[in-house]
Amino acid sequence: MVRLITHNLLACHAKGCTTNNFPLKLQGIVVEVREAEFNAEFLRGFLPRIEWTALVNAARELGDTSLPTEMPEMVDNDFLKNLHHVLLEMHIDEGAMICPNCGHKYPILNGIPNMLLAEHEIG
Amino acid sequence: MIPTPDLSHLTREDYDHVYEPAEDTFILLDALEQDALELQKLAPRVCLELGSGSGCVSSFIGAILGANCLYLASDTNPRASQCTMRTGRQNNTAVDAVIANLASPFGRRLSRSIDLLVFNPPYVLTDEGEAVDAQSGADIAGAWAGGPSGMQVTDIVLDQLDKLLSPTGRFYLVAVKQNDVPAIQQRVWKNFALQSDVVLQRRAGREHLFVVRFMR
Repeated sequence: MVRLITHNLLACHAKGCTTNNFPLKLQGIVVEVREAEFNAEFLRGFLPRIEWTALVNAARELGDTSLPTEMPEMVDNDFLKNLHHVLLEMHIDEGAMICPNCGHKYPILNGIPNMLLAEHEIG
Repeated sequence: MIPTPDLSHLTREDYDHVYEPAEDTFILLDALEQDALELQKLAPRVCLELGSGSGCVSSFIGAILGANCLYLASDTNPRASQCTMRTGRQNNTAVDAVIANLASPFGRRLSRSIDLLVFNPPYVLTDEGEAVDAQSGADIAGAWAGGPSGMQVTDIVLDQLDKLLSPTGRFYLVAVKQNDVPAIQQRVWKNFALQSDVVLQRRAGREHLFVVRFMR
């Protein structure tokens, strides 16, 4: 599966594509919401690694506006509940991710993104 | 004792294309179980399994660490990625499987950020040509064909290790005697100052298996 947490960690890695290769643009996305176990400790621990703007924009593109534009100073339970939902419960079942720099299209089928490159794109 | 993940959802047809867990898988599970308490104390947030195959190992780690960690898994074989995801589901572990070459798509965002990296690599000594074909074929032969020293794919990962592991990160690697484990350990120490230990070894059939754990 690929959830928004993973989308926040994927960048284009085509040969020579080293700037503006993250985040990947979402295209034709079919999302399914599936419940996941809430773990506040994990969320607090993972928080520093999140590229916040990329996450908020991806969530908004998929119809979720629960996250604030900026990461809040005080992290309370309501915030964590929203973060949990966005990061871990929004599954991208179909669609594609496009590199904003080189245009490479990474398809997502049956919930699995194909991040392999073509021959000429391998460094 | 943590039970081996339930693989009953996988079929003979799946195993025509995806590596069926065997002694090399189980020694890795045993090594991880041996370190279970330590790993729980360490509280890794990001786990990445390379060449995840059936998903057995990621699911097992999920049983050790629960919802305290994000489980990522890569495999060049689309069928393996599907199996990995299904095995995760079958065992109540959310595994985000991607079809990818090793850690490539995570390299930028997870630079020095992987807390737990695991790999049961294609370690079997083969012809170089055979290994090249097997690895680009993205089917079952890629699960074992490792080139003249059995290190063709492993070497790529070892070269990236310093860039992947977080400050407290650990890498668990399966190897066989013919891969020359002491030489691997020496090379990684010399080139990257990463320490390593053979945490488990045993004979299984014709293979003398090792699990090597690397840390900063």
